[in-house]
Amino acid sequence: MTTDAVPTTEQRSLRTRLLSANTFWIALVLLALVVVFGALAPDTFLTFLNFQNLFVETSVLLVVAVGMTFVIITGGIDLSVGSVLIFASMISAKTMQWISPGQQISQADWGVIAVGLAVALAGGAVWGLINGLLVARANIPPLIVTLGTLGAALGAASLLNDGTDIRPAPSALSDILGFGTLEGNIPNMVVVAAVITVLFGLVLHTTRFGRYTYAIGSNAEATRRAGIGAARHLTNVYLLSGVLAGAAGFMSMAYFQGTTISGNVTLNLSAIAGVVLGGTSLFGGVGTIVGTVIGVFIPAVLQKGFNIINVQQYWQQIAVGAVLVAAVWFDQQRRRRSKN
Amino acid sequence: MTPVLQAQNIVKRYGSVEALRGASFEVGRGEVVALIGDNGAGKSTLVKCLSGAEIPTSGTILLEGEPVTLDSPVAARRLGIETVYQDLAVAPHLDPAANLFLGREIFRKGLLGKLGVLDKAEMRRRATEEFARFGVTLQNVDVPIGSLSGGQRQSVAVARSVAWASKVVFMDEPTAALGVVQREKVLDVIRRVRDEGMAVVLISHNMPEVLSVSDRVEVLRLGKRVARFNAADASLEDLVGAMTGALVQEDAA
Repeated sequence: MTTDAVPTTEQRSLRTRLLSANTFWIALVLLALVVVFGALAPDTFLTFLNFQNLFVETSVLLVVAVGMTFVIITGGIDLSVGSVLIFASMISAKTMQWISPGQQISQADWGVIAVGLAVALAGGAVWGLINGLLVARANIPPLIVTLGTLGAALGAASLLNDGTDIRPAPSALSDILGFGTLEGNIPNMVVVAAVITVLFGLVLHTTRFGRYTYAIGSNAEATRRAGIGAARHLTNVYLLSGVLAGAAGFMSMAYFQGTTISGNVTLNLSAIAGVVLGGTSLFGGVGTIVGTVIGVFIPAVLQKGFNIINVQQYWQQIAVGAVLVAAVWFDQQRRRRSKN
Repeated sequence: MTPVLQAQNIVKRYGSVEALRGASFEVGRGEVVALIGDNGAGKSTLVKCLSGAEIPTSGTILLEGEPVTLDSPVAARRLGIETVYQDLAVAPHLDPAANLFLGREIFRKGLLGKLGVLDKAEMRRRATEEFARFGVTLQNVDVPIGSLSGGQRQSVAVARSVAWASKVVFMDEPTAALGVVQREKVLDVIRRVRDEGMAVVLISHNMPEVLSVSDRVEVLRLGKRVARFNAADASLEDLVGAMTGALVQEDAA
């Protein structure tokens, strides 16, 4: 009676799993980009300095994109991350300025900087919590909630210092986190971003927190029926995104030696683009941190590459836009096929 | 013999609407009881009351002879009562093992487990055992459920509930969306569950299916039990007659 040829359950081979994972194909695209640019400009593109810059400039975005990956896997979106980042760095700088000796923020010692870090994380957490409660408890669509907090967080950040940036950052912070390197010239910014990425990659892929994140994005009703506190979990996911935006704000302040009130506003779109390029589905239930890392580097490599081969960098925006739409289209096609 | 689960004179009002007007019901160990009735007869409401999803306005629920209060699905689950929902209550992007253990994850031992790290290998191993126990055949345990056939998906959903049930399993139209072959597979799973000594309550509109898989049939009409049959002695006409009111057993209520 049974139509199944094999009655036992077994795991698929590594090869089948690899080929069916879209992360694998996206990694090939990234590799192809590196090869092409490397062939076109071997002396300038394939240098340690170039890659060092590439990694440093991408590290802030990567930290934000890691939080965004969790949010998008639940089937949500967080448009507020750029503004939350600015708010976190602003309130952190303001606090450090206030408690520094003689209110000279550049002279801040490590005790002050530690307080600044705590304030940045807390500032991000507050906005994340607001997003989470409004999405999970008040059932307002995340697009609207985070569009609201996008504006509100930016407004609040501007109010803190009458719309102007606070500069510089504590010099100890800029010297160590912003420009410092480990042995072998590995920038500390990259190390911090890598540690955060690996840590939350493990959280997503090996823990119950990660599993519930997928479950909510896959079928929120089934998750509730399984007796899981889905609203609580969803709130925590937005909270996580806010905290990571706060951490990114602190890193950004160290790197740019101050706050960046007019920059970083489109960071939300870059993060979403990276996450989606990396194979995470906007419809929820699917996604990986490895994919996000690759997805974040595709636009970055394009930009660096175009710069080096003297193509106007505006082409990068067009190319990323096209690839992004294509990626979502493929995702939809795949979903339609798997439904039938 | 005391029935495992017994409902006596259950009344459920929604405002002025009386969905159940003193309905009674019982199911014993190792039997499949079909609960049938026309649309609006109160089947779903009765099942909701017995699985903790709704709280009856009045009436008594006895579990193994003891009165119990089922004020939430979690409370019912804790007492060994599980429900398989009509719409597939699985997460299609998770694999069968992850679905089976959703909300009941197994952690690694030691520090990693305290940090919330899952023991995926152990869950997969035990899931394979459970599926074998109920005769669910899957080629792969690590593909998303969404890529399985509808019958396999529903078999997993059924296995997921019965794996955790110790006393009673409610199945609300478990075969509604399935083709003939797939339906037969799910019915096989139901028979195996019964053979393990579980009490199974089947809600179905499909009368031939009801007669083929169940041991007894209880009929609801207008919020009350109007007839009870041994499936072996009942005919299709009896069932339809009881559902429409053409046939009334005086002692059924």
